[in-house]
Amino acid sequence: MATNILMPALSPTMEQGKLAKWLKKEGDRIKSGDVIAEIETDKATMEVEAVDEGTLGKILVADGTENVAVNTPIGVILADGESADSMPAAAPAPAAAATPVAASQEAAPAAAPVAAAASVPAAPEIPAGTPMVTMTVREALRDAMAEEMRANDDVFVMGEEVAEYQGAYKITQGLLQEFGARRVVDTPITEHGFAGIGVGAAMTGLRPIVEFMTFNFAMQAIDQIINSAAKTLYMSGGQMGCPIVFRGPNGAAARVAAQHSQDFAAWYSQIPGLKVVQPYTAADAKGLLKAAIRDPNPVIFLENEILYGQSFEVPKLDDFVVPIGKARVHRVGHHVTLVSFGIGMTYCVKAADELAKEGIEAEIIDLRTIRPMDTETVVRSVMKTGRCVAVEEGWPQSGVCSEIGMRIMEAAFDYLDAPVMRVTGKDVPMPYASNLEKLALPTVADVIQAAKAVLYR
Amino acid sequence: MASAASARSKAPTKAAKANPNKSNVAEFSKDEELNAYREMLLIRRFEEKAGQLYGMGLIGGFCHLYIGQEAVVVGMQMALKDGDQIITGYRDHGHMLACGMDAKGVMAELTGRQGGLSKGKGGSMHMFSKDKNFYGGHGIVGAQVSLGTGLAFANHYRNDGRVSMTYFGDGAANQGQVYESFNMAQLWKLPCVYIIENNRYAMGTAVTRASAQQDFSKRGLSFNIPGEQVDGMDVRAVRAAAQKALEWARTGKGPYILEMQTYRYRGHSMSDPAKYRSKEEVQKMREEHDPIEQVRARLLRNKLATEDILKEIDARVRSIVAEAAEFASNDPEPDVSELWTDITL
Repeated sequence: MATNILMPALSPTMEQGKLAKWLKKEGDRIKSGDVIAEIETDKATMEVEAVDEGTLGKILVADGTENVAVNTPIGVILADGESADSMPAAAPAPAAAATPVAASQEAAPAAAPVAAAASVPAAPEIPAGTPMVTMTVREALRDAMAEEMRANDDVFVMGEEVAEYQGAYKITQGLLQEFGARRVVDTPITEHGFAGIGVGAAMTGLRPIVEFMTFNFAMQAIDQIINSAAKTLYMSGGQMGCPIVFRGPNGAAARVAAQHSQDFAAWYSQIPGLKVVQPYTAADAKGLLKAAIRDPNPVIFLENEILYGQSFEVPKLDDFVVPIGKARVHRVGHHVTLVSFGIGMTYCVKAADELAKEGIEAEIIDLRTIRPMDTETVVRSVMKTGRCVAVEEGWPQSGVCSEIGMRIMEAAFDYLDAPVMRVTGKDVPMPYASNLEKLALPTVADVIQAAKAVLYR
Repeated sequence: MASAASARSKAPTKAAKANPNKSNVAEFSKDEELNAYREMLLIRRFEEKAGQLYGMGLIGGFCHLYIGQEAVVVGMQMALKDGDQIITGYRDHGHMLACGMDAKGVMAELTGRQGGLSKGKGGSMHMFSKDKNFYGGHGIVGAQVSLGTGLAFANHYRNDGRVSMTYFGDGAANQGQVYESFNMAQLWKLPCVYIIENNRYAMGTAVTRASAQQDFSKRGLSFNIPGEQVDGMDVRAVRAAAQKALEWARTGKGPYILEMQTYRYRGHSMSDPAKYRSKEEVQKMREEHDPIEQVRARLLRNKLATEDILKEIDARVRSIVAEAAEFASNDPEPDVSELWTDITL
């Protein structure tokens, strides 16, 4: 019985990739374990091993094809005596045949390019008439680092797999080639140690970008981040600053369970002496990372693996910098204010589209920076709408949403027509099972429901 | 008791074994002897005064005195080159004075006054001076080891010939990040001299009760970092070892470990009655190994100084300390507006 070879997923968040090269040709015998092809994503290049035995009857996706969706049949393996002609080319196969990863098409949120809605006011940092280019958050982050490294020899990047491997999530792709091993430094797996080394180097005036493969691992280093990086300026009476950026993916990815799925925005945002940034769009990722690298203070730069591959419009400017500490009105509306940041924005954007179909115009505020928090922009919006829903993937207790709610109470209580509501991750460690994981995260429906609740609809 | 007593009798032997060649003690000129005497005495008198002010309630919180360990930092400072950095833990007053930081500023920081080196916001454990290349003053045991390795990383990055002198104690030597730092320092050949001030007690826990490997000079062995044990009560031995280690680091060979066998006479902090060791143990160290008395005796024996000259030095040191205490007692507390400054730049 002929078996389809399906495009494998290399990671839980991969949705498509490039079929770089076939290593077998039609008619070749294939044994289980043979490497039959190479595929590439923006993150990695991987070899595809055959699981089934037989003859490679037909190649369905040619060498060099880009954007091949996960689970697309890419070839057909024929059992002995079968003919290629007898096979319907793209018939659904009973089992995925080529990969150890059982890919679930529906695991990750769609990665469709998110174009700025027409109603979005241009950010003040983008001059009118600026040409825009479409790029992924991943590319934007890399460009930000490369531009700042070109401009200042004191800027370097260190972390696990940042150099030769080109970044565990390919954020530092190409940096080693351009800047060399002096400035793109592979470290051993030793977060506490290299975080401290980064802080020490920053105290002498260098500007390290310390990449954590994910922020989950930064817990090993949190003493150096808080006790050394954040507090030294104060403890030294203003003498010794620490211009350092700690960056990396933060929060839930997909199907990686409790130890690898945690949003640290609320944790770091509590610390005086730190700045905490969590961008959503590629433009903000680029502009804010450049600002973070130039900032004389320690900046926690929280990225998100699921956003890395998403595309946005980024202004084509020689030096595009977004100021830290300024929120952005992502969508103008007048019925209800939705406040979020980072990946939380994806729920708000979709919810606002749905709400609009029912005549509810939601205004979306993207905080962009968690600390210092731009309360003014949030309050201005709430004064207009009188209603607010705050959204984050992190846990509810002492979360960023709690802070937003309290600030609105303090600054705009008299303008509220309903209590502020929040939509957050559930108060549980992240489960692995696909269905439970979905339940643990906020949903678009949750946001819609909360928006209607504050509107008493 | 038994273990403390055996540790006491063992340490000098161990040092002797590690350094069988007595020529490992630097020959000091008259000026060097006098300088070492003055520097160590300043630390001793300063710390005694700090202890007094603590007793009077003028200094609060934690206050860790360096009395007994003076030869370590003074000997190290005699070997460094301009630009070399110093970083240490919370027992830091001696390091600051040895770096040339103003005694008035240090004492006023201890009393939490506006003229303190950190404007009164850091206290005993947190002072810094970019001018003097002193990078703190760190209260989390072991944290300064990664930070000091970071200073060395910066020196290596800039290729500026500087060496980071990273101090920590026998207690900190058991922290994990120390070994993470050792690994990277050797991997990248960073110019870092690790100075382990083994004063035999991590707070109240004797080395024998806390350390599986009590020869701290061997703590870098699995990373191929060379190390040696040094008689940290003899300022000449310290300087000789320092010169060798600094030369090693400065010429691109990577890090070097110096275990300074030393002793603190006072408790871990002002609130520590030091019941974990005997009065006799302390007394014996003071009488037989005191770093300052050793120099004093040599100066007199070798007729490099008269009693009168030493008295004169003593008087000058006392007046510096008295002035510092006077300033620290009368300087105003920081302005209340300082609460909100220096949080971010």
